Amino acid sequence: MVNPDPIGVLTGVHYLDGDHAAAEGACAAGCRFFAGYPITPSTEIAERCAHRFPMIGGLFIQMEDELASIAAVLGGSWGGVKSMTVTSGPGFSLMMENIGLGIMMEVPCVIIDVQRGGPSTGLPTLPGQADMMQAKWGSHGDYEIIALAPNSPQECFDLTIKAFNLSEQWRLPVLLMMDECVGHMTEKVVIPKADKIDVVQRRYTDKSPDQYFPYEPESDLVPLMAPIGKGYRFHTTGLTHDKRGYPVMNADTQEELVHRLINKIVKNVDKIIEIEEDGVEGADVVVVSYGISSRVAIPAVEQARSKGLKVGELRLITVWPFPQERIRELAGRIRAYVVPELNYGQIVLEVERCAAGKCKTRLVPHGGGWVHDPEVIYQAIIEAAK
Amino acid sequence: MTVTQSEIKHANGTPEHPKSLLLRMDRMPHIWCSRCGIGIAVGCFAAALEKAGLSPDDITVTSGIGCTGRTAGYVKVDSFHTTHGRAIPFAVGLVMARPDLKHVVFSGDGDLISIGGNHFIHAARRNQDLLVICVNNFIYAMTGGQLAPTTPTTARATTAPYGSFERPFNLPALAAGAGADYVARWTALHVRRLTDSIEEALHREGFRFIEIIAPCSTIYARRNKLGTGLDLMKYYYENAVIDHDANLNDLDIGFQSKIIVGKFVDEKRPSFSAAMDSHMRKVLGNKYVPPKPGGAS
Repeated sequence: MVNPDPIGVLTGVHYLDGDHAAAEGACAAGCRFFAGYPITPSTEIAERCAHRFPMIGGLFIQMEDELASIAAVLGGSWGGVKSMTVTSGPGFSLMMENIGLGIMMEVPCVIIDVQRGGPSTGLPTLPGQADMMQAKWGSHGDYEIIALAPNSPQECFDLTIKAFNLSEQWRLPVLLMMDECVGHMTEKVVIPKADKIDVVQRRYTDKSPDQYFPYEPESDLVPLMAPIGKGYRFHTTGLTHDKRGYPVMNADTQEELVHRLINKIVKNVDKIIEIEEDGVEGADVVVVSYGISSRVAIPAVEQARSKGLKVGELRLITVWPFPQERIRELAGRIRAYVVPELNYGQIVLEVERCAAGKCKTRLVPHGGGWVHDPEVIYQAIIEAAK
Repeated sequence: MTVTQSEIKHANGTPEHPKSLLLRMDRMPHIWCSRCGIGIAVGCFAAALEKAGLSPDDITVTSGIGCTGRTAGYVKVDSFHTTHGRAIPFAVGLVMARPDLKHVVFSGDGDLISIGGNHFIHAARRNQDLLVICVNNFIYAMTGGQLAPTTPTTARATTAPYGSFERPFNLPALAAGAGADYVARWTALHVRRLTDSIEEALHREGFRFIEIIAPCSTIYARRNKLGTGLDLMKYYYENAVIDHDANLNDLDIGFQSKIIVGKFVDEKRPSFSAAMDSHMRKVLGNKYVPPKPGGAS
């Protein structure tokens, strides 16, 4: 960990919406290449980057579409520059193929999805949380991903930095799953001085070109990168490849590569997962939530507690990889999980899987377009506690 | 880079392949069919790099998917084999991050012009600092011979079993219309002119496009009963006409028709990065912080 270049750190106390805060998080994290395509409700991130980047040594380009945006981000990152794109549902769908390329080539980069109501064009200006499973499974093939879900403008700033750090540490695209409410909600955002911010730098090899294999992993299962133009003359491909980066079309190579791509996340979940708990010990009901729904759940939980119910809150800051050990462990001690989300049941499936019948799991669905009425979550808690 | 090609020898002292400095000899033999034109195109590219006085560490090569898309895997430079159609935008990221290097996109007609067509015209419009080399074999060969946006009208493909009735793209006109600074077309027969053209384009800035008409012996020639790759080379010999001043609209290629080749566009307009830099300097003055190649710390 090092401190970032202060030129990108807008130290001070600000009044920002989540989109602008995320843009500042990128600037602070050392992101110096942005390639994107306008789409509501993420556009403000692009606009702020377009405004800020020329003054902090950054490169901004509005690409012709989202397919191009994510491709350029992968290229920019291979060029050694921390790179980001932002989008919303329809654009997120278009990015899926090259998110897979980012997984396969192991390219550090950040993709922000400010979620809106779907399917299709859906509700461009209104919130949703229905891309959560797409974040996990959207690109074809088997892989693990890292996805974070901020619930405030402050966290949009903080978690954008964290997303860049995770992407550099584990060498993969990291998704920041915002939602329209968090993106357009304006609150106090404190940006610390650069010397109080930690950033992970590109993990470059110190081997000489004749000893370097681009896909030979370190002990944490992550291979180190090589800078371009320095004599390494490496090859990288979306095809299944060996440690040289050369295509090899057989089941053994597939097993070695894909299993490592999965295991570099699965075996390191303790270093990746961040959750927030409140009143979970001794609780009868635990509300599992993320993003804007975690804010909406607060009055419902408080109301239930005022009636004497033992209600805990577990907030997913890291949604993927899913904190399955903790959910399993708690399931044996509580009566029920309550899961409010702006979809008809996505993360609840994971909660239910991990609960494995040891406690009830109750979804509080909402199709998106607005947030839950806290009263509905409260009623679900009451029902679940019975 | 101090090693020269002539110094590279086998253990027994005999010279290596004449382009071994620029090719991944540990990946030979390559997957291309005998009498395919892609190897000629890659050979000309390697020769052009040498003539241009460039080290393999001065350039990157990015390819998409398809037969020509495998080029990135055989050239011994930092090389990127990306997804279908996305080689150009991937290279846009590379060139923005590392404008101090030269970046080459080397791919096929289906990859660059069909699935990647939107990226092609926009990168040309922005005059992005890329040399795009397109091997046009008139067909989707890797997948077994389907219709391409370049398949000549009446030629057969597996998905056009009664012959194509579509009008193919005129690639030089498309590139020029979209704003490319440098546009040339050669066939795989014109190895010297092609090599010179690549060398010239390597030293230019902005969006440079070179179309290489190349024989697909196994798929295109066989399905259309045109003989072998050698017969297609004879067809080029008898039907290729060099005309640098040709009207761009006359560059359509019909089925076994004449093929006009040459350098059709050679202009020097500000490239994307040059335009960005001068514009930001003018508008932002001393607030402008020029990007550093490879990014900030």
